[in-house]
Amino acid sequence: MTILVNSNTRVLVQGITGREGAFHTKAMKEYGTKIVAGVTPGKGGSTVEGVPVYDSVGEAVRKHPEINASIIFVPARFAADAVYEAIDAGIELIVVITEGIPVHETMKFVKYAKMNGVTIIGPNCPGVISPAECKLGIMPGHVFSKGRVGIISRSGTLTYEIAYAMTRAGIGQSTSIGIGGDPIPGTSFIEALELFRDDVDTDAVVLIGEIGGDMEERAAKYVVETGYEKPVVAYVAGRTAPPGKRMGHAGAIISMGVGDAQSKINAFREANIEVAELPSQIPEILRKVLKNK
Amino acid sequence: MKLYEYEAKEIFLEHGIPVPEFRVVSTPEEALKAAEEIKGRVVVKAQVLVAGRGKAGGVKLADTPEEAYRYAKQMLGSEIKGEKVNKVMVTKAVDIARELYLSIIIDRSMGQPVILSSPEGGVDIEELARTRPERILKIPVDPLIGLREYSAREAARFLELGEQSKQAQDIVSRLYEVFLKYDCELAEINPLALSTDGKLYAVDAKIIVDDNALYRQQELSGDYLRDLSYYEAEAKKLNFSYVELDGNIGILCNGAGLTMATMDTVYVMGGKPANFLDIGGGARAELVEKALSLLLQHPKTEIIFINILGGITRCDEVARGIVEALKKNPVKKKLVVRLKGTNEEEGRKILEENGIYVFEFMDEAARKAVELGAKT
Repeated sequence: MTILVNSNTRVLVQGITGREGAFHTKAMKEYGTKIVAGVTPGKGGSTVEGVPVYDSVGEAVRKHPEINASIIFVPARFAADAVYEAIDAGIELIVVITEGIPVHETMKFVKYAKMNGVTIIGPNCPGVISPAECKLGIMPGHVFSKGRVGIISRSGTLTYEIAYAMTRAGIGQSTSIGIGGDPIPGTSFIEALELFRDDVDTDAVVLIGEIGGDMEERAAKYVVETGYEKPVVAYVAGRTAPPGKRMGHAGAIISMGVGDAQSKINAFREANIEVAELPSQIPEILRKVLKNK
Repeated sequence: MKLYEYEAKEIFLEHGIPVPEFRVVSTPEEALKAAEEIKGRVVVKAQVLVAGRGKAGGVKLADTPEEAYRYAKQMLGSEIKGEKVNKVMVTKAVDIARELYLSIIIDRSMGQPVILSSPEGGVDIEELARTRPERILKIPVDPLIGLREYSAREAARFLELGEQSKQAQDIVSRLYEVFLKYDCELAEINPLALSTDGKLYAVDAKIIVDDNALYRQQELSGDYLRDLSYYEAEAKKLNFSYVELDGNIGILCNGAGLTMATMDTVYVMGGKPANFLDIGGGARAELVEKALSLLLQHPKTEIIFINILGGITRCDEVARGIVEALKKNPVKKKLVVRLKGTNEEEGRKILEENGIYVFEFMDEAARKAVELGAKT
């Protein structure tokens, strides 16, 4: 079954004619993702990698009613509008790759999406992949392999590092979700954990957190309070990060006494979630918790 | 980006939030003149961005213009917690009856703006939140609707004011306007002072603007490099994220999470990272060359650990950038390189031809970097 994306996902690419959009359309197609249409205002009628381009999302959806997911590569200052356009066209899953969207915009479209029952992944994220079925994102497909462990992460390359270590150890993934590095993600750790709870193809979940905010602490609390049935394993990046400095991601900052790595590690441990000290330790911890299950 | 107090107060004034009369000066003579014009007791305040300037001697009460001159002279050119004081504010001293707290922040867990209101201002609000959270009222604001009048009224009422409650409500509304207009992560008045003659004033002002919104905050962002060190500013100009730390092992990676994890791995193995440098995704050779050059030139960096996991970043581009940087900077610094992912074979070949060993795994490379770091 997997979550969010699978072989039935039919994709619209917003910003398909841009450098990133075109490059990743090709890469996703090569992976086997079913991309049915693209949108760039003013470029309707052209094609990119054999994919027809339309001027608006509404038009694309009318011509291709099977579209059920969109991926957005639109530059930051136009990205919020692209999200509203996709929500208003009735697309139920929207992945926002774009980095640098003002947080005042993000909090509005995230709220609007929730009101409309739409799932947003990102912004500032690598996307979602269900290995061997669908890659809706910019991640290198070959580091992932099909299996039964879910990944939820605030980071891109660190996820690839951990997925690669898992793949090498023979532990495949059901779905890997990069929720993004911004302060307000469309889908939080808790919401992603909820999706994995109900997925019959997922046996355990890896949470890859980092400094900033309190999403990890809330996820730990959620695991305890709901008696989460599947084992959860965690890693938290940024224990050597100084307070008050933004560590690459807009959301990776310890501010006003909130968001340091130790608080997150402690919260996980109190919730009986084993925390890896090094990313490379994730596979052996997974092996242990899966055996005990 | 943090604004200086005087910048935030100028914004407050423009939006009708009452602020005690002030001048911003950069010489003691100007401070003397400002104090004479303002009349009566004044406060001299160092304009710095670091927190805690009061305890560090950056805020002084002056009874006479001569005293203001002396304090300005002491502060100007001095350093407060490592930050040089280039300007001081001379502002009218308010006879304070009570200190209150008011702010609007973006609450990350709720994903929306929240008004924070407390009848106990002038103190460290984080400390108050820990010890007596019931003394802080949190009112969420729906970003799609905006500030409701009743929310502003409630925030004002919690300040335990009498006849000034209406004015406080007006200040809440105006602060929200500022918060929206300037893409604030934080707009704070601490303290909001009630004077002995019954008036409300923003005695201090703090605004943090979302860096992602600087493109549409041109009037504020002209000098966006100002709170950064030389190397941080250079990195920012080249568009990669860079943060200074106090160790000797330079870290250069692609992606924020991997960069942090690499720093942490070095630390767990007993080494000390000198920096955080994230070249981002898809970096070309030229950018890698510039990033590595920055670390090669940095005096504190003795070892440089490059950890690349190529997705959209291509290992051959990275390898070419490394070779180029070494050619341009004839500095003798030890390099530890780990390359994995897209075009790995080509990257490895380029580096090996230039006598640079390439590690396959992050842990073994980190161990090597730590070992070399301990020797220097």
